[in-house]
Amino acid sequence: MNRRKFVQNSGLTALSALLGAEIVFGNYLPEGYIPLGLQDPDPFKLFNKDPEMVVLNDKPWNIESLAHHLDDKITPNRYMFIRNNGNIPESIDLKAWTLTFDGESVQKPKSYTLADLKSKFPQYTYQLTLECGGNGRAEFDPPAKGNQWTVGAVACAEWTGVRLRDLLNDVGVKGDAVYIGYHAADTHLSGDPKKEPISRGMPMAKALQDETLVAFRMNGEDIPLAHGHPLRLVAGGWPASVSGKWLTGISVRNKVHDGPKMTGDSYKVPCNPVAPGDKVAEEDMCIIESMPVKSLITYPKTGATLPLGKSLSFRGHAWAGELEVTQMLYSIDFGSTWKECALEAPVNRLAWQHFSATAKFPKKGYYEVWARAVDSRGNAQPMVLPGWNPKGYLNNACHRIAVKVV
Amino acid sequence: MMEPSQKFEQSARAISRMMGMIFALFMVMGAFLVYLMIDPTFSAFRPDPKVDTVAVATVEEDDYDKIENGIHVRTGFVEGEGLMTVVNNCTNCHSAKLVTQNRMSADRWRATIKWMQETQNLWDLGKNEDIIVTYLATYYAPEKKGRRPNLENIEWYALEQ
Repeated sequence: MNRRKFVQNSGLTALSALLGAEIVFGNYLPEGYIPLGLQDPDPFKLFNKDPEMVVLNDKPWNIESLAHHLDDKITPNRYMFIRNNGNIPESIDLKAWTLTFDGESVQKPKSYTLADLKSKFPQYTYQLTLECGGNGRAEFDPPAKGNQWTVGAVACAEWTGVRLRDLLNDVGVKGDAVYIGYHAADTHLSGDPKKEPISRGMPMAKALQDETLVAFRMNGEDIPLAHGHPLRLVAGGWPASVSGKWLTGISVRNKVHDGPKMTGDSYKVPCNPVAPGDKVAEEDMCIIESMPVKSLITYPKTGATLPLGKSLSFRGHAWAGELEVTQMLYSIDFGSTWKECALEAPVNRLAWQHFSATAKFPKKGYYEVWARAVDSRGNAQPMVLPGWNPKGYLNNACHRIAVKVV
Repeated sequence: MMEPSQKFEQSARAISRMMGMIFALFMVMGAFLVYLMIDPTFSAFRPDPKVDTVAVATVEEDDYDKIENGIHVRTGFVEGEGLMTVVNNCTNCHSAKLVTQNRMSADRWRATIKWMQETQNLWDLGKNEDIIVTYLATYYAPEKKGRRPNLENIEWYALEQ
């Protein structure tokens, strides 16, 4: 079937639907036209990203980095993955922007302007690791539904803002508060103004941590548009979807927040392990909290060839959700033997840690360097895929790069 | 000499004719503009090309729904029975990329449609649902990957350290 036939089939419906509408100028709107400042069709220019990054989805925008893009200790915007659930807000009025606290468990609703937030509360800066819950989804078998992230939906930028705890104290929270849920200015893909694309949140204990910020700066500058300008919740170590972008509201709830993508199987895994492909009832799914221990080799890029006798210096980052990475190992023999990497302590809690090592290869041939982080509770990255789950979250299997000694 | 009433009747008729013509003109213009919206390249006025011959793709001037090497260029969907039904129903809200990067069985594609209807404002697909599910389950079916695939598409380069 081609477009012509579609036109014939749908012509009448389209006519009757359109006669009432203003069509004269609509006719000149190209398909997919985004008004205002978002017209540039080149996402790399639009978002100031490296053109080598991989666009998984252009409506909504979902763009991931390759492992070697993440070599910087602090991820620059240029290499930071974008994960959107809805459309980026089209107009942002900084003077009129407010953050409103409401919900069952506030004493009284209260709003703050950006100027209020910046002037009335102490500011803090932390390096915080944000990883998409679905990073690594592409490897699951049977395949899991959603954007097929490989390894690059993770970043550790430096965030500056005020503590959510300070704001909650200023608002006044009742004793029955259980959870906070965020609201934001992004719009639903269907165009329905009543629908929120995503409204997730976190338990009070996470909301009250020192490092949980309402941030207005990333890497010392205003937060880039794609990453939540002008205001973003940042909750390091948890699925990045908890760190709501374009933040306009926080509801303090007396129950687990029930906004879109808090319910169903979104950002949930089976409470008990299941066999690959099993159907899991909704009541048997649990909300993901801390992300698991994981690491990436960010230098060199996979595919390095080097002459026999030359050793390979490599490096990368490791992180462990709420916990710290205490040991970093590597293998060049497919997991038979493991050697220790040098591992730095985190700059602050919830920041990724840097590791490095030098490997020697005994003879010519094909090698893979595998990296394996171990957290403070002794949990190590698995060498194969971890437990299958219906939505393909939490794949923390060892990262591998290919190396040839010639 | 005409009676004033006759004169009035005549001018009333003239006005009514003129109004009718203006109305008709507006309708024609309106219809034209609506048509222009639906088919801006006037593709319906060109002879229907035979889709099953290779030459057609190059002869086809309207490349809006061009198929190249079995791929619908505009969306990236694989050419196959039900393609345009999928394009017309599954790319209004989200990108085709969200579909083409996924692999599911018929049951799971159907469950995904149901989820979108329950939570994302997807409309009732009626008879098109079976066409869409069959297309997706045929061309975007799961492949066995095992517990860890080989590293692939490696671009080898000489490392200078």
